Amino acid sequence: MAEEKHKARTIAINTIARVEGEGALRVTVTDGLVQDVELRIFEPPRFFEAFLQGRHYDEVTDIVARICGICPVAYQMSAVHALEQIFGVEVTGSLRDLRRLIYCGEWIESHALHVYMLQAPDFLGYDSGIAMAKDHADMVTRGLRLKKAGNAIMTLLGGRSVHPVSVKVGGFSRVPRRRELEGLKDELLWARDAAVATVRWVAGFEYPDFLPDSLFVALRASGEYPFNEGQIVSSNGLQISATEFERHFAEQQVSYSNALHCTLHGSPYLVGPLARLNFNHDHLSPLARQILAGTGLTLPLRNPFHGIIARSVEILYALEESLRLIELYDPPPSPSVAVVVRPGSGTACTEAPRGILYHRYRVDADGIIREAKIVPPTSQNQGRIEQDLRLFMPRLLNLPDKEAALACERVIRCYDPCISCATHFLRLEIERE
Amino acid sequence: MERQKETTTPVRPRLGIFKFTSCDGCQLSILNLEDDLLTLGQVLDISYFPEASSDMRAGPYDIALVEGSITTPEDTHRILSVREQAKVLITIGACATAGGIQALRNWADVEAFKRVVYPNPQYIESLTASTPISEHVRVDFELWGCPIDRGQLLRLLTDLSAGVQSRLPSHPVCVDCKRRGIVCVMVAKGIPCLGPVTRTGCGAICPGMGRDCYGCFGPAEGSVLGPGVPPNTASLAKQFHHGLQLIPVEVLRRFRGINGSVKPFREESQVWERLGRDE
Ligand code: SF4
Ligand code: SF4
Repeated sequence: MAEEKHKARTIAINTIARVEGEGALRVTVTDGLVQDVELRIFEPPRFFEAFLQGRHYDEVTDIVARICGICPVAYQMSAVHALEQIFGVEVTGSLRDLRRLIYCGEWIESHALHVYMLQAPDFLGYDSGIAMAKDHADMVTRGLRLKKAGNAIMTLLGGRSVHPVSVKVGGFSRVPRRRELEGLKDELLWARDAAVATVRWVAGFEYPDFLPDSLFVALRASGEYPFNEGQIVSSNGLQISATEFERHFAEQQVSYSNALHCTLHGSPYLVGPLARLNFNHDHLSPLARQILAGTGLTLPLRNPFHGIIARSVEILYALEESLRLIELYDPPPSPSVAVVVRPGSGTACTEAPRGILYHRYRVDADGIIREAKIVPPTSQNQGRIEQDLRLFMPRLLNLPDKEAALACERVIRCYDPCISCATHFLRLEIERE
Repeated sequence: MERQKETTTPVRPRLGIFKFTSCDGCQLSILNLEDDLLTLGQVLDISYFPEASSDMRAGPYDIALVEGSITTPEDTHRILSVREQAKVLITIGACATAGGIQALRNWADVEAFKRVVYPNPQYIESLTASTPISEHVRVDFELWGCPIDRGQLLRLLTDLSAGVQSRLPSHPVCVDCKRRGIVCVMVAKGIPCLGPVTRTGCGAICPGMGRDCYGCFGPAEGSVLGPGVPPNTASLAKQFHHGLQLIPVEVLRRFRGINGSVKPFREESQVWERLGRDE
C-alpha cells in the first residue's frame, strides 16, 4: 500500500487509478482544512444505454442484466416494469409475487455477501471474509450459507443466480411448481434463524459516533415493503411517481469520474437499505420489527455505518417475505401474460439492493428500443459518499496516511457501492499544503 | 528428517484475480463457490482479489484469472503487466474471452455513444473497440460463459493444481437438451434458439426454462468434425430466416449478442447485415 501510494503520487493519477480499474479518492487538505474530496470511479464506461438502441424489447432483460453481476434482477425488474408501462401490461397475482420472490433472493444474496464478506471484516479487523474465516469460521460459514439461500431462490426462479434467464416482459418464461418452491422451505427456515442471529451480531459491533444530516430517498408503497413498486419519497417531503423522476433528479458529469453524479434539486442524497428502512419499517414483518427493536436503536437511523444493520434487517425481512410468498403460492395459469406491442415511453423505479434504480425507455411500433436511460444507485449515492467523507475527514487528519485511507474506505463501504465501481480498493491521496 | 518434512506447510500456488471491463459477474461466480470458497482459500494462496480482499500482494502469480475485456488505453498496458506476472493466465467469461457485451460498440460510432451517455464526452477515455484478452497477450486457457459456470471453474483449478492438462467439453448446448430430455424450444415453440451452435457449459439452462439459448457460452466446436471446427451457423441462420420467418436484421441480432464479436457469430451477423441492406 505504502509503495502503491508512493506510485500514485509520482504518476499521473488518471493513469494509475485506471490501472487498478477501481475507484480512487483524492482529498486536498490546506492548513488542516479539507478542501476537496473527489471520489473517482474509473470503471470504464460500457455504453449500455447507447447499444440498447436498436434492440428488440424482448432482448432488454438479457442485456441489462449484464450491467451488474451483483444485482441483475434489479436491472431486469426496472426494465420489465418500464416496458410493461408502455404496452399497458399489468402483471398481478402470483406472477407479481414471483417477481417479489426473485427480488428477495437477490437482496438476501447481495446483502449477505456485503455484510459477511465485505463489511464485517472492517469491524473485526480483517482484510477479507476469507481471512476472517480463520478465527471466525462459524460466522463466515453462516454468512456463506445465508447467501446461498438467496442464490437458491434466484436459481429456482431464474435458472441461475448471476444473470437469471427467465424474467421477461409480461412475466416469466417458466414458473416453478408448488413442490419446487416448497423444496426451498427448510433452508429458508434455517436462514431465518441465521438472519436473526446476524442482526444481533452486527448490532453488537462498535460504531463510530457519526450523524451527518442526510437526505434520504426510497420507494414507499402502500401495505408492503417496496421492491418493484411505490412512490419515490424523500425525507424533505418529495412524493412523486417514477414518471416524474427526471423533473426532480438530475445527473451531472464530473470531470474526475466515469460515473455520473445524481442529485435531487441539486443536493446529494442517500438511497439504499438505510433510507428504505427509515421510510418503510412499519411494513416489516412482525419478527423483523421485533428484532430491530431489540437492537435498541431508534429510527430514523442516520449513522451511515448502521447500514450494515439495516441490511441485516432486510435479509431477515426478505426471508420472512419469501416464506410468506411460498406459502401463498398458487401457480398461475400461464407463466406470462400476453403482450401487444405499441409505441411509447415508459419509466420505472425499483429497489435494487443498493437503492432505487430508475429506467426509462422509448419504443417504436415494431418494439424496437429507440431510447434508454438508466440511473443506477451508485451514481445516486456518489455525492452523498463524498459529503460524508468531507464530514468524516477532519477526525482523521492526524492519523498516518495509511490509517486515514482505511477509515475512508470504511465510510465508502457503508454504502456498498456497486462492486465494479469503488468498493474494495481505494487509493487515498492526501495533499497537504 | 522425514518428520520435519511432514510438518512444513507446502507452498501454496499463488492466485491473482484481475478485473478489466466487466460486470463482476464472473468474479461473483467465484464468491458463489460458497462451501468450496473457504477450501479454495486454503489450497491456493489468494494473493490478489480486490473484489473480496484488501490484502493485495504483488506478483508473480502461479495462476491469474482475468475477468473483463480491454476497452481503455490503460487496460492495454495493464494486461501486459498481468501477463508478465503470471505463469498461467486464464480468461474467465465472455468479456475476457470474447470482448463481452460491451463489444457491441465494435459496430458503432463510440464517439456518438459517448455523447448519448455523457454530457462531456471529452473526459471519457475509451477505445473504439472492446477486445478479448487474447488479442493483447498469450492466454493459456479460456473459460467461456456469461457468467462462467462454477463447476467448470472448479474443475479447471483442480486440474491445474494437480498438474493435469484440463479439457472441457465444447459440444453444443443442443446435446445437453437431448441428454436432459428437454423439449426442443425451436421445434415445439418455434423460437429461434442458438443452442445448436452454442458451447456447452451451462447445462442447457435456457431451454430448461422454456426459452431460447442466446449464446452466452460462445460458439460450440467440433460437432461431427472435431475440435477447432466452427459450428454451422450458416445453416441455423437459414433456418431462422426461411423456417421461422425472421427478417435479416432479426437474424443479425440473434448472432450479435453477448458473444457477438467472436468469429463465427461475428461473421454470421455480418452476412445478414449485408443481406438486410440488399433487400
Ligand atoms: S462475462 Fe458476463 S458475467 Fe462475466 S464479467 Fe462479463 S458480463 Fe459479467
Ligand atoms: S442456454 Fe445458452 S444462453 Fe442460456 S445459459 Fe446456456 S449457453 Fe447461456
